[in-house]
Amino acid sequence: MPFDLSPLWISLKTTSVATLLSFGLGLGAARGMVTYRGPGRGLIDGLLTSPLVLPPTVVGFLLLLLFGINGPLGQWLGRWGVTVVFSWWATVIASTVVAFPLMYRTTLGALEQIDPQLLAAARTLGASEWRIFWQVMLPLAKPGIVAGTILAFARALGEFGATLMLAGNIPGQTQTMSLAIFFAAEGGDFPQAQAWVLLILAISLGGIVALNYWSQRQPAAGTGRR
Amino acid sequence: MRRRRIFKILGSLAIPLWLVTGHGHRVATAQQTQSVNLTVSAAISLTNALRDLQALYQRSRPNVTLTYNFGASGALQQQIEQGAPADLFFSAGERQMDALESANLLLPGTRRNLLGNRLVLVTPRTSSLTLTRFQDLSRPQVRRIAIGEPRSVPAGQYAQEVLTNLRLLESLRPKLVFAQNVRQVLSYVETGNVDAGMVYATDARESERVRLAATAPANSHSPIVYPIAVVRRSQNAAAAREFVAFLASAPARAVFQRYGFSRVN
Repeated sequence: MPFDLSPLWISLKTTSVATLLSFGLGLGAARGMVTYRGPGRGLIDGLLTSPLVLPPTVVGFLLLLLFGINGPLGQWLGRWGVTVVFSWWATVIASTVVAFPLMYRTTLGALEQIDPQLLAAARTLGASEWRIFWQVMLPLAKPGIVAGTILAFARALGEFGATLMLAGNIPGQTQTMSLAIFFAAEGGDFPQAQAWVLLILAISLGGIVALNYWSQRQPAAGTGRR
Repeated sequence: MRRRRIFKILGSLAIPLWLVTGHGHRVATAQQTQSVNLTVSAAISLTNALRDLQALYQRSRPNVTLTYNFGASGALQQQIEQGAPADLFFSAGERQMDALESANLLLPGTRRNLLGNRLVLVTPRTSSLTLTRFQDLSRPQVRRIAIGEPRSVPAGQYAQEVLTNLRLLESLRPKLVFAQNVRQVLSYVETGNVDAGMVYATDARESERVRLAATAPANSHSPIVYPIAVVRRSQNAAAAREFVAFLASAPARAVFQRYGFSRVN
């Protein structure tokens, strides 16, 4: 039997979309939370961070309740003829939910480190809040944002538990590399499991190592000027 | 003052510690002289029947503690090959038992076939689709079909054989969701997240949320038998043999029969 490469493509496709979604959502949430001081801040922050600390099975179970054929979102989407469970989008949803907190948390930390006097100075010069965000906050927080993106990418690539519960194991559609490893090992196909393990190690480690080299070469935009 | 408080905290920590380590240890060693803990790696389709039998066996053998490890037979076989401390292997397929036998991991002469089962097609009870034959799976309204992952789940292997025999496998492949074990197939069907699934007749019988659509002809797949054997590395081989004898006895057979398992000779 020829070696089926579909888990690699599915993983890469899912991880790219999930990273993109986590990037946007995480950045937006961090931007909102950095200035938000209203009631329930701790609770909101906890909810946004929870997929990071909850077992993947809990995340998967909750997503299944939500998107399942009898779940509130599942029924609503069903009216439009969309079924999420056991579809490729389910792998994206599972990966995004677990990767999001890494992006959000890391970005929030980076934004909170910014010297408020710099922002105040920008305001005295008449800059709008949007301009301050794009031209002052983002450049200063860049290392944190890049780190958050890479971490989110690695987490999305490694996602297993919630994916298995929400997306199932459908070769050629939802079977990612993590799932391929699990089922190959359970089925006693160790050479195949090993091949996938090596590949996933190379991609994840490659990403982290690339990040390390990249951040060493940067002149540390945020800290240098402080 | 502060030092006294530290002593108090240390003291309150020490008591549970003493209970857990010293005291607890003495209890454990006292029991070890007479009690046996049997670890049984069993096919997940046997869950409910074996739980019932555990209570029954405990009454006649209070010194034997049964620890069940339920899972897909293929996964359990892998665990035993990797050195998992199981005393008994109760598989839902012969292939998994054959693998352990040829790897010389079973105690010679202890293997025997205990039970038989049937493979059925089930649909969610709430489903508006009415399927009556396996061929109905080709209908476009049937979008997702769950079977066990054939490499590790015997029920999935039988299901694959049935679909191959009926020349349906290739055309149905894009609809197939491969589950980790047969109970996962059942739960996929119960929750309505798939339109149909292939499970054992015993699984279908135990669930009120699925409807029986069809039973696979016995000649469309290899015979479904449940072999059991003592694992060679077992430290409790005598107790393990005794438990096998109990499972083959009339009272145990009655329990298996109640759950829908058949006898094999």
